Amino acid sequence: MKSKSIKEKVMHIVFLAAAMVCIMAVVLICVFLLANGVPAMGKIGVFNFLLGKTWRPGQDIYGILPMILGSIYVTAGAIIIGVPIGIMTAVFMARYCPKKIYAPLKGAIDLLAGIPSVVYGFFGLVIIVPFVRDTFGGSGNSILTACVLLGFMILPTIIGVCESSLRAVPEEYYQNALALGATHERSIFKVVLPTAKSGVLTGVVLGIGRAIGETMAVIMIAGNQARMPKGLLKGVRTLTANIVMEMGYAADLHREALIATGVVLFVFILLINLCLAAIKKGVEQ
Amino acid sequence: MKNPINQSTFKRRMREYQKRPASFVMFILVMLCACVTVLSFVFLVGYLLYKGIPNISWDLFALNYNSENVSLLPSLINTVTITFLALSVSGPTGIFAAIYLVEYAKKGNKLVKLMDLTSETLSGIPSIVYGLFGMLFFVVALDWGFSVLAGACTLAIMVLPLIMRTTQEALRSVPAEFREGAFGLGADKVRVIFKIVLPPAVPGILSGVILAVGRIVGETASLIYTAGTVAEIPESLFSSGRTLAVHMYALFNEGLYIEKAYATGVVLLVIVCAMNLLSNYVAKKLTR
Repeated sequence: MKSKSIKEKVMHIVFLAAAMVCIMAVVLICVFLLANGVPAMGKIGVFNFLLGKTWRPGQDIYGILPMILGSIYVTAGAIIIGVPIGIMTAVFMARYCPKKIYAPLKGAIDLLAGIPSVVYGFFGLVIIVPFVRDTFGGSGNSILTACVLLGFMILPTIIGVCESSLRAVPEEYYQNALALGATHERSIFKVVLPTAKSGVLTGVVLGIGRAIGETMAVIMIAGNQARMPKGLLKGVRTLTANIVMEMGYAADLHREALIATGVVLFVFILLINLCLAAIKKGVEQ
Repeated sequence: MKNPINQSTFKRRMREYQKRPASFVMFILVMLCACVTVLSFVFLVGYLLYKGIPNISWDLFALNYNSENVSLLPSLINTVTITFLALSVSGPTGIFAAIYLVEYAKKGNKLVKLMDLTSETLSGIPSIVYGLFGMLFFVVALDWGFSVLAGACTLAIMVLPLIMRTTQEALRSVPAEFREGAFGLGADKVRVIFKIVLPPAVPGILSGVILAVGRIVGETASLIYTAGTVAEIPESLFSSGRTLAVHMYALFNEGLYIEKAYATGVVLLVIVCAMNLLSNYVAKKLTR
């Protein structure tokens, strides 16, 4: 009897320790990023760092405003392209799709979510970049290209979340609208979709998170010039690209500035998580 | 999905649309967007296969990498090694943590809330931030250098929330009667967990683990500065080695072997596809 209780206790501690590992991981990530990144911000000056318009590591000028704007522009473009298509496709899957094509369609979208970002980037490089170059001029490595590719990359995220929230709307809502004489479309877009609003919003926010954190695909197609973004057809460098491009050879303050870029990115993601939590709370109330 | 209410004839529908042109426009838009999604998928996969399959040759699977054969076998072996290592760390940790949350923690426990918060934070962090952390912690602070081990540990942290969540869901779907019955027969808690609760939850857990494999295989950004980019089979866990996705990025970066990059893309796609199908198949077993 006694040996049993020891076994119980040991296993209890093992399970608890495993749970603690997750918390430790977050704490470690925060500590290491902040400890390595924040001093650099102090040395450069927080305002010079966040609002500086030039990034010239050779002359010890580290302003990441071009990269912050780059990330925001590219993400906004991806949202403009991805959200309408994503929501419409989710509506199609939840409300229009015949049963026969549902399974292969769902499988295809799951697969889209699983395709590695390098493969997306490569696809963008060989298809979208030449297309933009031939149609709109410029080098093709541009904000527009990045927006289009990222718009497609966030589709599966948005479709998945929106579809499940559309399906969670009680069937009676739809039927009642039909019974009142509304068309199929009117019932969906005036009754079902507004009811599923919070789910749709969650999908959009998750999409934003995915777009802003995307690294490899953006590097391969966005041009990566570290200057203020000047137009849709000009190249751009995002926060993520900044880190990967220069981390390989950076040293001293340059290296710390790159880690500080990571801290900024991390803060962006934390803000997005806060938004998600707020949406969740809104639903519960 | 079949509703008797919704069974209107084509003719009646058209008449309704004539009365409400806005509805018709929305209908067209929905169909258009669905088509765009499907076509972009078909085009992406089709183009990759069309360009990639002719470039696959036996040379690509040679044991040693050199500039002539641009072999992807070393990277493939690295991918398997790193996947295996990462899963052997994050698999047990994630599953045990989920067991603690579902079976031990009381409802409304502060720890549970904290865990939810951390796992949500972890799953939102972009892979490049994991890469930075891995570089700072495993490569520099622990002084492992660019190594397979550092890469694997970084990825282990990355897939931890995924495994934890799917395990939690799988455990929760095991009916409470199973546990109560076993307790009633005098089994102790650990026995109940391992003999009663875990077995029916295995398909759910496994499908989560397979999804994690898919994510590890496709990961690039977090590996460049942790596992490095050497295209050889590593001699030990402390030497550098690139995975397949990193290999593809490196090929693009060098710009010399675009045809080989297509072929590598096909191999990557096949692996990811197989993992997805496997995961779905295993998860379906759960519902049976």
